[in-house]
Amino acid sequence: MSEHTSDDLALDGGTEAVLTWDETIAAYDPVLGLEVHVELGTATKMFCGCPTEFGAEPNSQVCPVCLGLPGSLPVVNEKGVESAIRIGLALNCTIAPWSRFARKNYFYPDMPKNFQTSQYDEPIAFNGWLDVELEDGSAYRVEIERAHMEEDTGKSLHVGGATGRIHGADYSLVDYNRAGIPLIEIVTKPLTGFGDRAPEVAKAYVATLRDLLRALGVSDVKMEQGSLRCDANVSLRPRKKKPEKQAEVPFGTRTETKNVNSLRSVERAVRYEMTRHAAVLAGGGSILQETRHWHEDTGVTTSGREKSDAEDYRYFPEPDLVPIAPTADSIEALRATLPEPPVQRRRRLQGEWGYSDLEMRDVINAGAIEIIEATVAAGATPAGARKWWSGEIARRANLDGRELTDMGITPRAVAELDALVQGGRLNDSMARQVLDGVLAGEGNPGAVADARGLALVSDDGALGAAVDEVIAANPDLVEKIRSGKVQAAGALIGQVMKAMAGQADAARVRELIMERVGS
Amino acid sequence: MTNDLTRWSAARMADSLARREISAVELTQAHLDRIAAVDGSVHSYLHVDETGVLAQARAVDDARARNEDLHVMAGVPIAVKDVVATEGLPTTCGSRILSGWIPPYDATLVTKLKAAGMPILGKTNMDEFAMGSSTEHSAYGPSRNPWDLERIPGGSGGGSSSVLASFQAPLAIGTDTGGSIRQPASVTGTVGTKPTYGGVSRYGLVALASSLDQAGPCARTVLDTALLHAVIGGYDPRDSTSIHAPVPEVVRAAQSADVSGMRIGVVKQLSGEGYQAGVQARFNEAVALLVDAGATVVEVDCPNFQYALAAYYLILPSEASSNLARFDAMRYGLRALPEGVDDPSAEQVMAATREVGFGAEVKRRIILGTYALSSGYYDAYYGQAQKVRRLIAQDFDRAFEVADVLVSPTAPTTAFKIGEKLDDPLAMYLNDVATIPANLAGIPGMSLPSGLATEDGLPTGFQILAPATKDERLYAVGSALERELVSRWGGHLLEKAPTLATVGAEVAR
Repeated sequence: MSEHTSDDLALDGGTEAVLTWDETIAAYDPVLGLEVHVELGTATKMFCGCPTEFGAEPNSQVCPVCLGLPGSLPVVNEKGVESAIRIGLALNCTIAPWSRFARKNYFYPDMPKNFQTSQYDEPIAFNGWLDVELEDGSAYRVEIERAHMEEDTGKSLHVGGATGRIHGADYSLVDYNRAGIPLIEIVTKPLTGFGDRAPEVAKAYVATLRDLLRALGVSDVKMEQGSLRCDANVSLRPRKKKPEKQAEVPFGTRTETKNVNSLRSVERAVRYEMTRHAAVLAGGGSILQETRHWHEDTGVTTSGREKSDAEDYRYFPEPDLVPIAPTADSIEALRATLPEPPVQRRRRLQGEWGYSDLEMRDVINAGAIEIIEATVAAGATPAGARKWWSGEIARRANLDGRELTDMGITPRAVAELDALVQGGRLNDSMARQVLDGVLAGEGNPGAVADARGLALVSDDGALGAAVDEVIAANPDLVEKIRSGKVQAAGALIGQVMKAMAGQADAARVRELIMERVGS
Repeated sequence: MTNDLTRWSAARMADSLARREISAVELTQAHLDRIAAVDGSVHSYLHVDETGVLAQARAVDDARARNEDLHVMAGVPIAVKDVVATEGLPTTCGSRILSGWIPPYDATLVTKLKAAGMPILGKTNMDEFAMGSSTEHSAYGPSRNPWDLERIPGGSGGGSSSVLASFQAPLAIGTDTGGSIRQPASVTGTVGTKPTYGGVSRYGLVALASSLDQAGPCARTVLDTALLHAVIGGYDPRDSTSIHAPVPEVVRAAQSADVSGMRIGVVKQLSGEGYQAGVQARFNEAVALLVDAGATVVEVDCPNFQYALAAYYLILPSEASSNLARFDAMRYGLRALPEGVDDPSAEQVMAATREVGFGAEVKRRIILGTYALSSGYYDAYYGQAQKVRRLIAQDFDRAFEVADVLVSPTAPTTAFKIGEKLDDPLAMYLNDVATIPANLAGIPGMSLPSGLATEDGLPTGFQILAPATKDERLYAVGSALERELVSRWGGHLLEKAPTLATVGAEVAR
């Protein structure tokens, strides 16, 4: 299925035709290459002591070093190197015992030195992999080429003109707060063999990588703020009838779609480029090697700048910095700090919690794994924790457009609520009222239940009297039960509950009725 | 001894200040008067900070009056090469492209000078971005050699050498990428040291070639040079390439002047053809004097030195092409608009600014370096040059197995005439043939006067090289040689220099 036909493209001003998804897959085999830039969450920049806080007043977090003033020199942020090594290890990479920074030379106004301090042929981590799982549970291994350290550039704001792009702008402003923020660039090997699942694998890879980086605690991985950015390289090659022959077909010309800034867009952008390439190739045309801009609103890419392989950055080893040579011991010490890989962790937790595949998927989609884990750790039953977090609380969070963690209720409170239900003090509808109270800031669940007078009556004296009254008033129903129509008890229970204003323990009421009816 | 304070050694100034025989203001004013009298003809300074330097001197006098603990050099004024960032003072690197730039921060070595209470007289002239051996490549006109105003004072630090030789400052900061401290010292009859790479912080030095640049002390005597070396040296956390160790005992070595039992290695490749007769003669006599003082002499072979110049002129332009990329008119310095373009793009402004902002020699080296780093040429040029660099370091390693220090003439000739080599870059480059190997290997080197060449009566220089981090050996040998020579000459070599015509009323003291 294609998300776009050539017709709707013409409507939104696109100039290029696309093929349907089925036609694309029938004729071509996709090759992907994913480059992910992660802004590290270090307190200071990669080569100076400036803070890295997002959203500060433009050019307020700068110094001679990150402004590249004449004479200033970089000094490596040790925390940044540690994060890079931990990311490399978590991606199953080899960590280089000796690596260097290199200068990538090119002129651009948002780059204060007109070279970017990066790594070139000596990255700190290389040759790894990350296993990812699609929604239907099928598993794929994504091979990692390298992970290297570099500094971010400043940010240009083009003012005037219709598009906010440099073309047609009246003037441009540059904010250097971002210049020098540590980045890790993670580059996959050319990914083949994914066929029609390629767009989903691309999305699942970025999602899994995001979860891994979050678990590592190295970045806040917010795609919308640009702390996780994905560039997607796509090329197509003709599909062979015999799959075993497919590897012999050389790669086609690739395009690089820049700054795809949501998980959904990763999948859509790859899908779009595949169908666009297919249409061009099927029409006898050839793909121009270039960067493409992804448009979230219209769901299309447009041509960026031409990018040839021969683009010459005149890399050479950065003479202002000494090589990075972590000892084997220090690498092992960092390895010991690694979290469990996301896919394994999910499988383990699903087993421990006894969730079905469907239930686990709901939990993942609600982004509730960590919070459920904390809630179970605070004493909740896994079923109770899931019911609240991926049910009622998730529903309310969705309505408000908030995160689960911002809802004003802690895992400990949810565990307490669950305990009140499990202990028979509250039924479901009471528990929901208690939740309202907690979310409204009335206190912890026990206090809210007390204050609102919410408690099931399970005292046989009070219940017994109500049961006796209902039995006396409904001889016909009693007769039905006695004759074996046990479901008629439901009507009696309902009347007792009504008489008790909903506060009766329904299970105990049933027991009392059955005792008295004597069946 | 003269009453003219400006002709004193820095050591004597420091001593007199400590004894309160003179004040820092008085000493500084004497130098300002001297600058006013002679700099019109010598042109050592690009900027003189009259107000600032007097304020700093007054602060030292006040502190002394309060009996505060002061650094031994407190109150001794100094001149700083214009490639060093000085907060609030113009820093142009001898280039138009940085005209008007006032750094918002101090280089680490300037912070150290200020902490020691050394008033900064001003900024000295240089070849643009330290590219040259004569100061003729300064965008602000050449400095002149006080021995002969028609001749060059060396380069790139010709401002710092001529300022000393004309008594406009007792001390100066230089930087040495291929000889820019030592060759100017050689042709002006002064002393200068390039410390071990990493011995003095590079933070705040506007970079020419990061892997070769090293700041160092310039003075008129070996002891004065050591005193300044001790102030500016030492580890700096802001410079990743700085050495994490205490400053070598340079002052003690200069005071000891002991060469007994020392093995002096004469480098075979740094003499003979291309070396002026008078330069070679003074060199040979100096070696003989060291033997008289108790040293032994061996000849050492450094076969790879013949490739040093070629390797240097690939590595330096490569690094420079990248270091100088930041001068693009976007954030500071000159901004030139392209002619005949109504609505220029950033790229057009960058190109126009670099076209008018850089001089010919800078452009030549940027083009060379850009070429040498280009894909397809990198291995043949930059890669090969790095291999040669390792071979040269190995030559030094072998030589230092049989010798404690190595010696050679500093420059093959005495000062040439202004304009003489301007159209022949290769001839200009050859002036640094003896000094470049030390930068490629990162080892320390010193130049001190060895006398006057008979044929032209101009100063000749004697170079001493030591293994990395053994900077103190330069001072032991240099000081011993200086003692022998001064006793032969019956005074400092500079006393033989012609008297400069002065303008205005130079205050006699």
